[in-house]
Amino acid sequence: MSSKLAKIEKTTAYLLILPSVLLVFSIILFPIFSNIWISFKNVELKDLRIPEPRAKKLVKSINDNPNQIKVIYKLRNSSLTQEITNVKFKDKYPDDIEPISLNNKCQFKSNLLKCELGNWPKKYRENLEIVFQNINNQEISKKELKSYKPKLSGKSQNILLTYEFTLNNFKKVIKDKAFIDLLSTTFYYTFFGTIGAIVFGILAAQMVNQKFFGRTFMRSVLLFPYVAPVVALAYTWELLLDPTSGTLNNLLINYQIIDGPINLLGQKYVTLNILGFDFKLRLALTTVIIFEIWRYFPLAFLFILARLQAVPKELYEAADVDGANPIQKFLNITLPQILAVISILFMIRFIWNFNKFEDIFLLTGGASGTRTLPINVYQQGFSIGDIGMGSAVSIVIVVFLLIFMFIYFKLLGKRADEN
Amino acid sequence: MKIKNIFTYCFISSLFLFSLICIWKILVTLQGIELINFNFNKLFIFGIILCVINLLIGKKFNLNIKLIILALLFSIFDYLISINLPIWYSFGIFLISLFFFNTIKNYDKNFLSKNHSSQKLFFNFLTLFGITLFSFVILFPFYMMLVTSFKTQALLLLNPLDFSINFAQGLPELFKSYFIVFKDYNFGRYMLTSTIVSLGTVIITLIFAIPAAYAVARLNFFGKNFLSTSILIIYLFPAIVLVIPLYTIFSQLGLRNSIEGLLIVYTATTLPVAIYMLQGYFKSIPKELEEAGIIDGQNWLGIIFKIILPLSLPAISSVALYVFMIAWNEFLFSLMFLDRPNTFTLSRAIQFLNVGAETPRQYLMAGSVVVTLPILIIFVYFEKYLVSGLTAGSVKG
Repeated sequence: MSSKLAKIEKTTAYLLILPSVLLVFSIILFPIFSNIWISFKNVELKDLRIPEPRAKKLVKSINDNPNQIKVIYKLRNSSLTQEITNVKFKDKYPDDIEPISLNNKCQFKSNLLKCELGNWPKKYRENLEIVFQNINNQEISKKELKSYKPKLSGKSQNILLTYEFTLNNFKKVIKDKAFIDLLSTTFYYTFFGTIGAIVFGILAAQMVNQKFFGRTFMRSVLLFPYVAPVVALAYTWELLLDPTSGTLNNLLINYQIIDGPINLLGQKYVTLNILGFDFKLRLALTTVIIFEIWRYFPLAFLFILARLQAVPKELYEAADVDGANPIQKFLNITLPQILAVISILFMIRFIWNFNKFEDIFLLTGGASGTRTLPINVYQQGFSIGDIGMGSAVSIVIVVFLLIFMFIYFKLLGKRADEN
Repeated sequence: MKIKNIFTYCFISSLFLFSLICIWKILVTLQGIELINFNFNKLFIFGIILCVINLLIGKKFNLNIKLIILALLFSIFDYLISINLPIWYSFGIFLISLFFFNTIKNYDKNFLSKNHSSQKLFFNFLTLFGITLFSFVILFPFYMMLVTSFKTQALLLLNPLDFSINFAQGLPELFKSYFIVFKDYNFGRYMLTSTIVSLGTVIITLIFAIPAAYAVARLNFFGKNFLSTSILIIYLFPAIVLVIPLYTIFSQLGLRNSIEGLLIVYTATTLPVAIYMLQGYFKSIPKELEEAGIIDGQNWLGIIFKIILPLSLPAISSVALYVFMIAWNEFLFSLMFLDRPNTFTLSRAIQFLNVGAETPRQYLMAGSVVVTLPILIIFVYFEKYLVSGLTAGSVKG
């Protein structure tokens, strides 16, 4: 009896999870695996269009003979790169019409014109001309003829499904001189974005953890950058930082803090003179990192605040009795309590900043030294149009991602052991 | 010890007062008023003097009278050193200094001689300073977005610092950018598409996620542990590694430029987190309730609909709001999959506006307000639910 129940339970469970598993498999897991497949192929954006045989139908009347009419089919292969084999053609005609002459490719049977047009090489073009007459010697209506559309079919090789593989994409990715630069930009962006978000998260959480007027309102406000759509925020920042008519530059010039406008998003390097030493700061990248921090510190704030509110008040009271000062209290009570949250947050944010695409894409489009790996996926795949290359870069991202995830889950496991 | 405390007190408080004044002055400048000097030296020194006076008076007479007098002194001083500024500017200075002296009115010699008082002072002011600065830095872009959408191109180019809104021109003139964005740029349509896509994603996600989450939370089956760990791993895979294969597949299937395609992708990407959040909540519902249901002769479907669903409405609202937010804000897939204007979502439409020909910035900002406002209203209104959704779903962002 119980085994029967268990069996029912099992079947029900499979039925309940099946739709989700199928959907997630086909839209997330399958694409990740097909990335590997595509990355070993030489595919370009223009190859993705399936080649189609196309026909344009023109109907021309013949002078001094209204009973006859000439039909011209302008045939072509839509693909500039691939052949179409075994093209078949079909078109319908009104009842009382028949062709005067036909070439050997075509047949006319019971109002249907059928042709076997054979193989079409790439960019193929041909005109097919047929003269028709009305069997009852009546005038042929052009309109009626035009209302029928020819149907074509053909077989073509789908470049994605062939078994031709190449290592060229990966060779190109790794041999690219900019690859090291790309990696270092990505890590620079990821690391400082993550650290910055966490530092500001801690500061904000410390603030909001104290009692003051308008505290709940403040908590909502702090989350605004995280919940608002990235498109709107990125463009607002772009206007804010614009070198000619942007608010920030104009304000700084107005208060005579700077002499001329600074193109914060369009200038790759800026030389800073600190204590007699010249530092080269990557300006656009720094600006993008600041945007990143501005947008994602709320998340760190939310986590750390939740943890802070769970710290027992007694600890602070005991510290007061011992005569600890605020810095000692922070270092010895608060920090150890939030350290676990911070390490998890660091890993999560690190993984997500590593894959961040939208923010940089909308602010700079990857120009002026802000090209990271995800931006490169887009540029290779869609700006240059080399889908295979884009996929290869995606694979590089996935490899890094797997390494980070391994560390992250190790960390999670370690934390679970400690508790 | 005491000298050090007095020194920190004067320095920090005056700096705080000055930073408040600075923010006020920036806001005043943005009303188109010519103001090119912060008068740092004079204000800072006068601030220190007033702080010392405040300390010396201490609690010798009524605190409220003391703070009003000090605030008045400060505003008059500021009025004397600045030229040609409107009266509301000085009134603002007065209110700010009133607020400032209110925070320091309780400090006297006794307080400063206590242990750690300089550090405490420092952190008190750091908190106040932090709150003002954080609010300013966070709200400023939103403020700019809103105000720019009410201006005209000519005015914006004439003086980029003039953010004053002319209410005298009448409402139709004020909201002109919005009328144009909706009429000429078809934002009504995009908004409808965005709403349909977001709501559709929420509904489909819930239909898929609730049964799956129930199975993971309650039923025993082979591969359950594997499934629940893989949910999290799958969720960590970013959109950017899916984009190329999905693009190739969708192009060949003809699913690009269709709302259906977008719905499928959004549902699949939000499904793992929805299942993850829901199963956690389902586990917290007492099992006895379901057992009672089984005794009453309910089948699995009945249990889900009559027992689990009514009890987990808060969790379901969290998931729904979170998924809605993700779908509404989503950009990458809508950029990749939609290139015909009649299928655009709001985010994609704004990007199209920006990339396309020289779109005047007030239209761009009006569009940005249109896409931002609904999500902020939902956030403020349902904050409790959305925050728990954000916390649970925060592995992604």
